[in-house]
Amino acid sequence: MRAVVTITRRSDIADPEGATIARALSDLGYGEVGTVRVNRTIEVSLPGRDREYVLSAVRGMCDKMLANPVMEDYEIEVFD
Amino acid sequence: MAETLHRRLGMTDAEYGAIHEVLGRPPADPELAMYSVMWSEHCSYKSSRAHLSDLPTDAPWVVVGPGENAGVVDIGDGWLAALRIESHNHPSFVEPYQGAATGVGGILRDIFTMGARPVGLWNQIRFGELSDAHNRYLFNGVVAGIAGYGNAVGVPTLGGEVEFEPVYAGNPLVNVMCLGLLRDDQLVLGTAGEPGTVAVLLGASTGRDGIGGASVLASAGFDERAESKRPSVQVGDPFEEKKLIEACLELYRSHLVVGVQDLGAAGLTCAASEPAARAGVGMDLNLDAVHLREPGMTAPELLMSESQERMMAFVSPQHVEAVLAVAARWEIDASVVGTVASGDRLRVYHDGVQVVDVPAASLTDEAPVLRRPIARPGWIDELWDVSSRSAEVPFDVALLSMLADPALGDRSWVYEQFDHMLFLNTVRGPGRDGSLIRVRGTDKGLAVSTDGNGRLCVLDPRRGAQRLVYEAALNVAVLGARPLAVVDNLNLGNPEKPEVMWQFTETLAGLGSACEALGVPIVGGNVSFYNETDGRDIYPTPVVGLLGMAEPIPPRPGPLVGGMSVLVVGPEPSTSMAGSAYQRVVHGVLGGRPTRIDPEEGGRSIELAIRITHIVPGAHLHDISQGGALVAVAELLIEFGVGAHIELGSVEEAFGEDPHRFVCVVAPEGVALVAQLAREVGCHVEDIGITGGSNLSIVHRTTTDVPIERLRAVWEGALPTAMHGAIHE
Amino acid sequence: MTVGIIVFPGTNCEEDVAYALDALGAETVPVWHRETSLDGLTAVVLPGGFAHGDYLRAGAIARFSPIMAAVEKLAAEGHPVLGICNGFQILCEAGLLPGALIANRDLRFICRPVHVRVESTDSVLTRAAAIGQVLTIPLNSYEGNYLPGPEAARPILRYCEADGSVTGAANPNGSSDSVAGIANSSGTVAAVMPHPERAIEPFMASTDGRVLLESFIAASEAASLGAVDG
Repeated sequence: MRAVVTITRRSDIADPEGATIARALSDLGYGEVGTVRVNRTIEVSLPGRDREYVLSAVRGMCDKMLANPVMEDYEIEVFD
Repeated sequence: MAETLHRRLGMTDAEYGAIHEVLGRPPADPELAMYSVMWSEHCSYKSSRAHLSDLPTDAPWVVVGPGENAGVVDIGDGWLAALRIESHNHPSFVEPYQGAATGVGGILRDIFTMGARPVGLWNQIRFGELSDAHNRYLFNGVVAGIAGYGNAVGVPTLGGEVEFEPVYAGNPLVNVMCLGLLRDDQLVLGTAGEPGTVAVLLGASTGRDGIGGASVLASAGFDERAESKRPSVQVGDPFEEKKLIEACLELYRSHLVVGVQDLGAAGLTCAASEPAARAGVGMDLNLDAVHLREPGMTAPELLMSESQERMMAFVSPQHVEAVLAVAARWEIDASVVGTVASGDRLRVYHDGVQVVDVPAASLTDEAPVLRRPIARPGWIDELWDVSSRSAEVPFDVALLSMLADPALGDRSWVYEQFDHMLFLNTVRGPGRDGSLIRVRGTDKGLAVSTDGNGRLCVLDPRRGAQRLVYEAALNVAVLGARPLAVVDNLNLGNPEKPEVMWQFTETLAGLGSACEALGVPIVGGNVSFYNETDGRDIYPTPVVGLLGMAEPIPPRPGPLVGGMSVLVVGPEPSTSMAGSAYQRVVHGVLGGRPTRIDPEEGGRSIELAIRITHIVPGAHLHDISQGGALVAVAELLIEFGVGAHIELGSVEEAFGEDPHRFVCVVAPEGVALVAQLAREVGCHVEDIGITGGSNLSIVHRTTTDVPIERLRAVWEGALPTAMHGAIHE
Repeated sequence: MTVGIIVFPGTNCEEDVAYALDALGAETVPVWHRETSLDGLTAVVLPGGFAHGDYLRAGAIARFSPIMAAVEKLAAEGHPVLGICNGFQILCEAGLLPGALIANRDLRFICRPVHVRVESTDSVLTRAAAIGQVLTIPLNSYEGNYLPGPEAARPILRYCEADGSVTGAANPNGSSDSVAGIANSSGTVAAVMPHPERAIEPFMASTDGRVLLESFIAASEAASLGAVDG
C-alpha cells in the first residue's frame, strides 16, 4: 500500500518561503492571492493490505521523524 | 485550582508584589506580561547582575562598553569595530535548525543595530557524544541552521569550535559571536531620543512566535515537560534579515535615525522600554498600527511576540517619510507605532484603549537583583585528587587516537558548509587558531579567536577562565595581532544551586583578573543559566571571544618544507595533565587541578609570537592547546604533507596543554633570529626536531615512524566517520 | 564601456564582483532588479547570493524581476552576459541557458576551492584561457549540481583533479558530466558555479579567477566597440 503524508507548517508558525512567494505572485499580476503556504509531501510504500496497520505505522513515522511537532502538522492518506 | 497568571508566566509571588508596589495597584494582564519577560533571568540578569560590576571594561579605545546592544572599539583610521556574543542553547535543543538559525539572526541584529555592517560570525557549539543518534541529529541540525541562515543572509562564518561531551547531551550549547565594522560617524545607540521622536517598526510582520520564549525557554531548565514548552519556537528568515540589514545601513548612512533597537527576546516590550529608559523619557505605543502576520492577537501576545527580523527605529518627525521610502525601496514593511513622550510613562494602546501605563524604566532598572547563596562544591577536592598519571601509552598510538577524535580531528566537515570567503577579506579562515580579515583601505587586519573548554573549567572555573583568555590572546598573536577587546558568554547550570553560583563567581573572577593582567577590556557579555537536564548541570562553560588587531597584516609564511627547525616556545610544562584532551581520549578520565596562568610568561609569549610573525620570514606558528605540542605539530605537517623527526622527553612535553606555549617551525636561517627575539623578550625556546621525509618519527625511549598520509587519513576521517552512522542508520 | 551588476533582494556577491572587475580595470554599475532598462551598458553580470531567499527554487522568483526582460534583450543582441553561482541558477530558470541546478549530491552546502578544467575557449568567460588549463576557484553553493535539460549544454569548465583528470572523486556536488560552467552556442551567455571573484589576489585561494574575469572584460570591451560576436 502507499501512504501520502502531507506535512504542513502549523498555522501559528511563520512561513517566510510562503510569504515571499505570495509577494512574488502579486508582483507578477496575481494581486488576488491571499496567503501561500509551502507544504511537503512524502510518499511511503508498505507491503500488506491492512489499512489500519499502514495508517498507524506511518503515524508513528511522522511522530518520530517525518514531522517536527514543534512546528508542523501532518495528514496521512492511504491508497491501495 | 488554576495557577495564577503570574506563576504561569514564571514569576514568583514576591516579584508580583514588587510590581504591585511599583504601580500602586495590581497589574493588568498586558502589564504583567511585560514585567514577566523583562524581569526574567534572560532579560534582567537578576542572578548575575550583582556580580558583573567588578569586571575591567575600560580602555582608551573603548567607545561603547557593556550594556548596549554590542561593544564598540576604535581601531583607528576612522573605523570602529562592534562585537557581541550570544547563546541560543535551549532553542537549539528544541529545534536545532531553527534554534541555531535564529541565534545567528539575533546576534547579527545586535551588531547592525549599532550602525555596523556585520563582517564575520564565529560559533562555539557543544553536544553530547556522536555515538548517540540524537546528538548527531542535533549537531547536524545546528550546523545546517548556522549555514542556512548565515550563508543566505550574506555574512561569512569565519571560525569557531566544536566539542562533544556527555554532559551536553540534554543541553547542547550554541554560542554565536559577530563582528561588525562601521565608520566612526555612523555609530547609533539604542536610545529613544527626545519627546516627539517617532517609533517606526521595520521588517517582518508580527505573529505568535515564541510567545513567552524569553521567560519560559531561556530561564528554566529542561525536564520531561520540555515537550509542553515546544510551541515557543521561532522561524528565521535570512532573506528578510538581509533586506533589513541593507535598509538599516542606508538609514545610518543618510543619518535618518536618532536611535535603533532590535527586537529579540521580549520583542516590542523590550524595544519600547529599553530605549525609553536609556533616554529618560516615556513612550506611547499603538499596537493597532503594528503590521501583523495573523489576525486576532491579544495585547499580551503582541507585546511578548518574538517574531524575528524586526527593528525599531527612532526617527525625528521630519524624517519619517524618508525612512518609510527607504523601507519601501528595500521591500520591507514599516509601521509608525509610537511616539516618544515627556515624563517617564510607557503607555500602550490596543483596540483604541489604553491597556498599559507603567514607568518605562521600572521594566529595566527595577528588575529584581538576587543575591543567591554561593557555596564551593565539596566534589572539587575529589576531582583534584584524581591522579593525572596513568600507564603511559606509546606516543604514536596516543597521537593517532587523538587525531581520530571528532573534536580534535579535521573540522572541515563543519566549516565547509559555511561561506567563509564572502566580502573577499578572509586572510585566515576557519580551521586553526584564530581567523584574520583585512580592513579594506587600511593596512590593518582584525583577528578573532573564540575559546571554551568545559572540562578545564569544571576542574577549576577561575583558572579555566583565565586560561581561555590567554589562549585566545595567543591565538590572535600567532596571526600577528595584538589583543584589543573581549566579549564573553558564560554558560552555566541552575543558579538556584549554590555550587553553580560558586562556579559563576569563580569564572567571573578568572575572566576579570586575566583581562586585567592582559590589559584588555571586556566590552560585552552574556550569561546563560539553567543549562541543566533533569537536575544535572552542564560543566561551567565560559566562552571567550577575543578581538585583536594586526598592523600591518604580517606576510604569509609560504610553504612548510623539509629541513626546517621545529621549536616549542614558552615555559616548560608542569606535570599537570588536568582537563587535557590526552586525559579524555587516552585514559578516559577527568581530574587533577589545571595549571595556573603566569601573566608575565603569558605576556612574553604573546609579544614574541607577534614579533616573529612580523620579523621572521617564513615562520609557521601554531598555538599549543587541546592535544598539546604533538597534535599542534602534526596539524602543521598534515597541512603541508611534510614529515618530521621529533624528540620529546615526557608525556607533558608531548600532550600537555599548559598555557603560554606555541610551536614555531622555521627555516634554518631564521632560527638564530627567533633565538635573538626570544632573548630580547625573555622567552624559553626548545628545539624539538627537524622537518623532512614523509613520516613523523617520534623519539621517546624508542623511535616510532608514522606516515604523514596515515595521520592525514585518520585526522580527515575523524568527524565524517563519527557522522557516517547518521546516514546509514 | 560599463558592466552592469544586477542586484536582486538577497543577492550578496555584488560588491565582491564589482571589486574584482574594478581591480582588473573595468567600470561597473549596480542595477537594482526593479529597473527596466540596461541602456548604455555593454555587458551584465548576475552575481552570487540568494536572490529572493532562494525560496521556491533558486532563481525561480528572480527570473520574473522587471530587469530580466532587459537582460534577455541584451543577450539577444549578443552582448556578454555572465552568471556566477546564483546568477547561473537564474539564467537557467530564465531559459537563457539550458538545464537546471539541483541540491548537491551530499545535501550539504560546499564552500571550498575546487579545480576546474577549461573545456572550451569559445565563450566570454574563457576566451583568454587555454584549453586544458586547470584553475583553482572557490565553490560556494548548496544547489550546484547541474542537471542538463533536453537541449544539450555546452560545457566550458568541468570539475577535475589537480592534474586535470576528470574523475568522480573530483566532482564535488554530483554535477552531470562534472559540469562547472556552460555557455550558449555563440558563447555570449556564460555561467559558472564557482566564484572567480574569490580568486584574484595572492592571499586568496588562488589568483586563477583573473583569467576568467579578464576574458569577460575583454569580451565586454569588444562588445562596446560593436564587435558583438563573443
